[in-house]
Amino acid sequence: MISFSPTEEQQMIVAMVKQFAGDEMRKIYRECDESGEIPDSVIDTAWNMGLVSSSIPEDYGGSGGEHSAITGSLINEELAWGDLSMAMHILCPALFAYPVMEMGTDSQRKKYLPLVCNEKYRAATAALIEPRFGFDPNSLSTTARADGNEYVLNGEKSYVPLAAEAELVLVYAREDGGSQGFIIEKGTKGLEVGEREKNMGIKALATYELSLKNCRVPKENRLGGQKGCDFDRIMNCSRVALSAMAVGVARAAFEFSRDYAKERVAFGEPIASRQAIAFMLAEMAIEIDATRLMTWEAAWKLNRKEEATKEASLVKAYADDMALMVTDRAVQILGGHGYVREHPVELWLRNGRGFVTFDGMAIV
Amino acid sequence: MIDFELTPEQKEGIKAAHELAKELFRPVSRYYDEHEHESPQELIDTMWQRRGDGTAAMGMDVAAALRTEELCWGDAGLYLCIPGPGLGGAAVFASGTREQMTRFLAVFGGDKPTWGAMAMTEPQAGSDTAAISATAVRDGEEWVLNGEKIFVTMGKRALEDSDGFVVVWATVDKSAGRAGMKSFVVPAGTPGMRVEKMEKKLGIRASDTVTVVFDNCRIPFDNILGSPEVKKKETKGFRGAMATFDATRPIIAAQAIGVGRAALDFVKETLENEGIKIRYGTPRQKLTALERDIMEMEANYKAAKLLTLRALWIMSQGQPNSLESSMAKTKAGLAITRITQKAVEIMGPLGYSRKHLLEKWMRDAKINDIFEGTGQINMLVTARRILNYSRDQLK
Repeated sequence: MISFSPTEEQQMIVAMVKQFAGDEMRKIYRECDESGEIPDSVIDTAWNMGLVSSSIPEDYGGSGGEHSAITGSLINEELAWGDLSMAMHILCPALFAYPVMEMGTDSQRKKYLPLVCNEKYRAATAALIEPRFGFDPNSLSTTARADGNEYVLNGEKSYVPLAAEAELVLVYAREDGGSQGFIIEKGTKGLEVGEREKNMGIKALATYELSLKNCRVPKENRLGGQKGCDFDRIMNCSRVALSAMAVGVARAAFEFSRDYAKERVAFGEPIASRQAIAFMLAEMAIEIDATRLMTWEAAWKLNRKEEATKEASLVKAYADDMALMVTDRAVQILGGHGYVREHPVELWLRNGRGFVTFDGMAIV
Repeated sequence: MIDFELTPEQKEGIKAAHELAKELFRPVSRYYDEHEHESPQELIDTMWQRRGDGTAAMGMDVAAALRTEELCWGDAGLYLCIPGPGLGGAAVFASGTREQMTRFLAVFGGDKPTWGAMAMTEPQAGSDTAAISATAVRDGEEWVLNGEKIFVTMGKRALEDSDGFVVVWATVDKSAGRAGMKSFVVPAGTPGMRVEKMEKKLGIRASDTVTVVFDNCRIPFDNILGSPEVKKKETKGFRGAMATFDATRPIIAAQAIGVGRAALDFVKETLENEGIKIRYGTPRQKLTALERDIMEMEANYKAAKLLTLRALWIMSQGQPNSLESSMAKTKAGLAITRITQKAVEIMGPLGYSRKHLLEKWMRDAKINDIFEGTGQINMLVTARRILNYSRDQLK
């Protein structure tokens, strides 16, 4: 039956993450953006909430909770409201863990999942994006070729979060015309981590280029073994996660500019009392809510294991536009004050524009 | 638990309403668009017979919105012709006593199709409903109504074609402003009330839109909805009007959504016949302009629909939904106006031609951005709510 109310458990998780986002992330996000560093202590605190390991089965060291794309969406929104770079950093191990958990072979699960259920945060990541015009997840340039008992991978990847410290990378490559995942352990010959990237936004998140030069991995490292993975589903889980994050970033920008507009006086009245400003805010609020509901609906389809490519890609494209519209308007509402780095809205605009690029950089 | 699964009853309702839309509405859609003031008698009779069977039955909940979408997918003008309590009934529900509900809604129990209507707008007062100048003066055990109401949807059918009623908004004390605003039920045939001028409209032509004039029109004292007292600081009467809108706006949004889906379905069917597939999941820079348009239209349709269902769901939880209701109406009005206009563009000569219904849907859609509060008024309500501003703080 149609309902828009999260479960009590989900509400508790949201409250916990919201508090963390407000108390911890919001205190340091600017410093992190300027320095490009996120203090380990914040990541550790976040890790202790068990956001990733909670849905991994107990057999592999997790808490065995239900894995739900809706819960994931709720968490993603709150963390991204705190700060997008930190959110992506905190949840980065899920990029590796969730596909392995859902689609990996028994031995892959046994071997790799305990690593992301550690008490201490340990980075694992995934590499999807490629540094070229016309990048298409369904038609990757990176290739995987079977050769005896091994796969040989070749290609260039970019926007790989935490590649330098990650012990495990799930690399997506083209094989027989489709996209498949390959588990590569740190130090494997032919896997080269490039320079840290410099991007317009998410500056606190360490992302890297990655090159694969005749990188050989054992056959059993193909995600899902012979069966392979359901790549469409991985992409859809990513689209939903990113849409939820876009909602979080947009909500941050909306709330800040709304509060500012009520305080900033011009011509004797708060600027929020003018329709030119108030209507911008109203439209921002409407679009944020609409995107959240569409995200939930797509997540709900994912939970039911239904085909969700249409819903997920519709909401992702909508969220890309929404995040840009909302963060841009937040800057506009603050005017000159929005353009200076003293206020957070310019940061949210830089981060908000990124969603259209961030394929595969988050997952529920 | 967040859930989007429809109940078996809701699915049944959708199916039955869709069948009606297809079998009963679509075949006569063009005819009643071109024969503006003719009555679609067969449709009216059928819908009257089928009232209460769970398909055509009206209401203000999620299930009703889903059925409304289907019926308006059939034809939004004919949808408005469906006999029943309508907006007048909604007003009685929102601010009438139990006794009044029983008394006034009894007229819908008969054999003859009957309508309820609501009269709010005046020539000089549209969205500024507090500026209403129609008056109600107490005279012993009666109220005497005077004034002119325009744009009364289904006013002719309520008052001339059946023994229905109209809920009229009038002031009992002009000096009290909004606190003086009250609503009154005026049954068909009351002396001093007459229907004038049937509007000729851009769309939804099957529905009637009339002027109703009150000239020393006398009604019983207990036909007032809510308290007759005027407390200067209290605007309960007006809040009654607003409460009505909180319930009706999402239903209007659902009407819009139905028209929008009709246009979308038409476009998608045409593309499918031409062998054009929308490649969901393809990167945006690789999509054609057409694919991007279609995807944007579909997303906007979905956005409007989910906002609408949420507004009604909140109401069903007994929570205030004024904000969500206005959000839904704003989004739906705008989204569906754009979807239908874009559909005409995409379909080119097929879109503009009266051979097909698409051009009609574009005309029909526009009303949803206007009645029950224009998009701008709903944007204003939304803005006030999110800013926590009064009407004085945000004009």
